[in-house]
Amino acid sequence: MDIFLQQLINGLTLGSVYAIVALGYTMVYGIIQLINFAHGEVVMVGAMVALSVISALTGAQIGLPPVVIVLAGIACAIPACMAIGYGMERIAYRPLRKAPRLAPLITAIGISIILQHVALLVFSRNPLSFPQIMPNPVFEIAGAHISAVQIAIIGGSVVVMAGLTFLVYRTRLGIAMRATSENVQVAGLMGVNIDRVISSTFVIGAALAAIAGVMIGTYYGIAHYTMGAMLGLKAFSAAVLGGIGNLAGAMLGGVLLGVVEAMGAGYIGEFTDLCQAPWIAGLMTERCADGGNFVLFGSNYQDVFAFLVLIAVLIFRPSGLLGERVSDRA
Amino acid sequence: MALLEVRDLEVGYGGIAAVRGIGFEVAQGELVALIGANGAGKTTTLKALAGMLVASGGSVHFDGKSITRTPSHQLIRQGVALVPEGRGVFTRLTVEENLAMGAYIRDDRAGVRTDLERMFGLFPRLKERRAQVAGTLSGGEQQMLAIGRALMSRPRLLLLDEPSMGLAPLMVQKIFEVIQGVSKEGVTILLVEQNARLALEVASRGYVMESGEISLADSSAALLASPQVRQAYLGE
Repeated sequence: MDIFLQQLINGLTLGSVYAIVALGYTMVYGIIQLINFAHGEVVMVGAMVALSVISALTGAQIGLPPVVIVLAGIACAIPACMAIGYGMERIAYRPLRKAPRLAPLITAIGISIILQHVALLVFSRNPLSFPQIMPNPVFEIAGAHISAVQIAIIGGSVVVMAGLTFLVYRTRLGIAMRATSENVQVAGLMGVNIDRVISSTFVIGAALAAIAGVMIGTYYGIAHYTMGAMLGLKAFSAAVLGGIGNLAGAMLGGVLLGVVEAMGAGYIGEFTDLCQAPWIAGLMTERCADGGNFVLFGSNYQDVFAFLVLIAVLIFRPSGLLGERVSDRA
Repeated sequence: MALLEVRDLEVGYGGIAAVRGIGFEVAQGELVALIGANGAGKTTTLKALAGMLVASGGSVHFDGKSITRTPSHQLIRQGVALVPEGRGVFTRLTVEENLAMGAYIRDDRAGVRTDLERMFGLFPRLKERRAQVAGTLSGGEQQMLAIGRALMSRPRLLLLDEPSMGLAPLMVQKIFEVIQGVSKEGVTILLVEQNARLALEVASRGYVMESGEISLADSSAALLASPQVRQAYLGE
């Protein structure tokens, strides 16, 4: 099996999900310069709601075709997340709009904790297995494997990103959103209801998060009330990598981060295998004999790479790959 | 009754009064200038009229209705458009998208398209650059865009804040020709300017603002002839 191609496929899958979550971070930041740290939790809620609906419909045994059940799960997750996105802006962030920037940031962390614990109470403290009700055939291309779920995730995210691009660049709401992100006061002079545009931004980002939640739940096969935290941080890193506030940047950053992470996980074992270093292998002949290995860091260090990338970006290119402005506010 | 009636308007920034109980009016179809030195309160007055600042006292009536506390996004629906100081074009939007933002409140697509072509007729430079992002335009072109954008809402009252600021003399002349043209088409205009001579040459009447109060009000001809104005604002 070709490790490179295989990890590329895995990375693109994961990166597609990061990209969709990163869009939520970057859109909100673009409009109100807030890093909505609770965004990852919205992804988790999306996964949880979809899981509950899918489990319930499957358990009811009313003979619905699996595709319909999955779509029903998504169809419930999206409005549930939209409601949470709307609610958190309305209740937590709007009253703080004129407050110092630290206040909404800390509030975001608070919302994140609240959502996690509400999910713990409503769902479970244990990881829930995502019902696999559809066959997931695996295809082989050039020695690497790609599953139907992976194809669906990559394809679905392309559709979602194309749809969002259309919305932002071709519709009245989208132009108003871009105008607002550049100059709130003048957008108001044009007749734009700023509150409504900000609400829409949160709601759209939350809808994307719901879709990402279903994707990641289906991909890993589990959902847990803490799953949003790490995913959210990585997607935030992806948004910073691409240039926070920049839509294309979030997409690029997400996909790149997914690939970097998969490549890192795929090769770290090989690169930190002490038996590959002749002078150490000489000291540990017993262990290294017959193709044995002594791996310092295994693929369980996968999570490290996203943050290495984040640190590198912050040091060498704080405005991100596609960001024009040097980020003086983040 | 005048189209715009301002009575005892007071506006402050955190307790400091920038506008101290001024009153003036602009009749339907008039072009009125509000002149004064830097810091006299002209921009603050306009911002209060446009709903960007909340008045701490007094009243503003437009077409007989109070707009004293109307937020700016509702004001434009009543027909009041402001071209802000420093132009305020959306630099990351294209010229055409900027003009579309001006027509944000309008639903008549055909009418908007007609007006877009009208703006391009009025400002041929903008037509050449319609697909460019506005940040790449020169200062003068941005000012044209800002005025065009405001006109796209089909305002009944146009508030202009320092349209000559930072522009080359030739461009200033061009902008003022446009302002006169717009005025001739029947749009009522309140023009705030530091360039007093220019403003009074196109306006029929003028008000002079000084430290947050109106110190003089007269016809443009009279103001241009007044020794006080000549000395303080025309540099003679």
